[in-house]
Amino acid sequence: MSELKTTPLNETHRQLGGKMVDFAGWEMPIQYKGVIAEHKNTREAVSLFDVSHMGEIYFEGKDALTNLQKLTCNDVSKMQIGQVQYSALLYENGTFVDDITVYRLAESSYFLCVNASNVEKNFLWIQSHLQGDLLCENRSSQIGQIAIQGQKAINVLQQISKESLEEIKYYWFREMELCGFPTTVARMGYTGEDGFEIYCPQEHTVAIWEALMEKGQSFGIAPAGLGARDTLRLEVCFPLYGQDIDDQHLPLEAGLGRFVALEKGDFIGKDILQKTKKEGIQRKLIRFVLDVRGVPRSHYLIYDAEGQRSIGEVSSGTSSPTLGKGIGMGYVPIEHSKIGNKINIQIRNKMVPASIVKPPFVTI
Amino acid sequence: MREIASGLLYSKDHEWVRIDGTECVIGISDHAQNSLGDIVFVELPALDDEIDAGDEFGTIESVKAVSSLVMPMSGKVIEINEALDDEPEMVNDDCYGAGWIIRIETANMEEQAALLSPEQYEAFLAEEEPE
Repeated sequence: MSELKTTPLNETHRQLGGKMVDFAGWEMPIQYKGVIAEHKNTREAVSLFDVSHMGEIYFEGKDALTNLQKLTCNDVSKMQIGQVQYSALLYENGTFVDDITVYRLAESSYFLCVNASNVEKNFLWIQSHLQGDLLCENRSSQIGQIAIQGQKAINVLQQISKESLEEIKYYWFREMELCGFPTTVARMGYTGEDGFEIYCPQEHTVAIWEALMEKGQSFGIAPAGLGARDTLRLEVCFPLYGQDIDDQHLPLEAGLGRFVALEKGDFIGKDILQKTKKEGIQRKLIRFVLDVRGVPRSHYLIYDAEGQRSIGEVSSGTSSPTLGKGIGMGYVPIEHSKIGNKINIQIRNKMVPASIVKPPFVTI
Repeated sequence: MREIASGLLYSKDHEWVRIDGTECVIGISDHAQNSLGDIVFVELPALDDEIDAGDEFGTIESVKAVSSLVMPMSGKVIEINEALDDEPEMVNDDCYGAGWIIRIETANMEEQAALLSPEQYEAFLAEEEPE
């Protein structure tokens, strides 16, 4: 595994007993004590996640806004300084290059947080479309990122911050010192819980992690790995690039239409999305719960109610630690996508009945 | 180092066998349960199924992965651990005890010669996963 990239916390994970795996070319902890325990600790108390593998691409200069308006599908002109926006980079055919979050740092200064697996692809895509007067830089290797998630996250983070964290609203951020180091702290996450994502200079990631672990002891803090991150996000139906969204699907099919600002000016992918919106989508990302025991997983086939005809494929699936049931998502033709509809999931050689449900699976 | 219970025989598929006359109790090893992580579902065979050594007799699913259960010896299923339906996590908590999986009437006792002693299984694990 010597060729894998490592985050500043690699040694810390090993000391904490993390089971290290290859994730998109990064050596990352999939779990420490166990996925279910880490999942429940996030739902009930507070967990720390190393997300330093995520990428950060900066846009600075007079034409930063114009370029972001063209490259992303949401309306960046509506963002205030200190605000975060969920968005996507799309191809001309309207499918995903990546899903991203946009941060407005100053008048003409922004950064995008992008998926680890897509950093290089995104940066090349962006560079090939830049126009005018701006600096665009991939600073992913200089920045560490820690997510602190759970109802006690605010209490723990408050121990090392002089700012009033309560004042930071959901999907807003503030630049502040933590442990004497400059950081960007955003109130958001990928678990459905209250929490924060902390960006810091990579060389100070370990110090901030250790301070949070120490101050968090009395709040029940524990590290959580990528396994729990996946079950947590699936329970609240957050899509994952490479599984639920990709270069084969449109944001409208994924149920992400509210992040597509068709009313703003031109952007890459707009024409096809406008046309699709007018004509209606042909397939849709559904959420389903198995009616009996079992665990649906990516690429299992979805069949119709009679179990006769294959109508799609599971994009993500797992056993929900909160519900104790098999849950999943997948694309099916629009005529099969109604909430309450019965479908079947082929698990090995069996048809396992499932029901289409309204997202999310778990309400926080 | 994972626990390797004494008095049992092991297969290279990480099942254990407790021989009791012509009957055998079968489960998975501590190494296997630890590699799988949190077990959430065990799919068991039907009573009276006759299954050959090396064939699949069920599946075991953790949050992370799905794995086949492979018969260490040929035989007829005479009892299944129904408690695993409600508490599959017993395989994690007590893989050599309450987390047993099936009991069979063996078809061919001589097949035990192909299984590993605890010492051989320990050596096999060390070889498979040098730590």
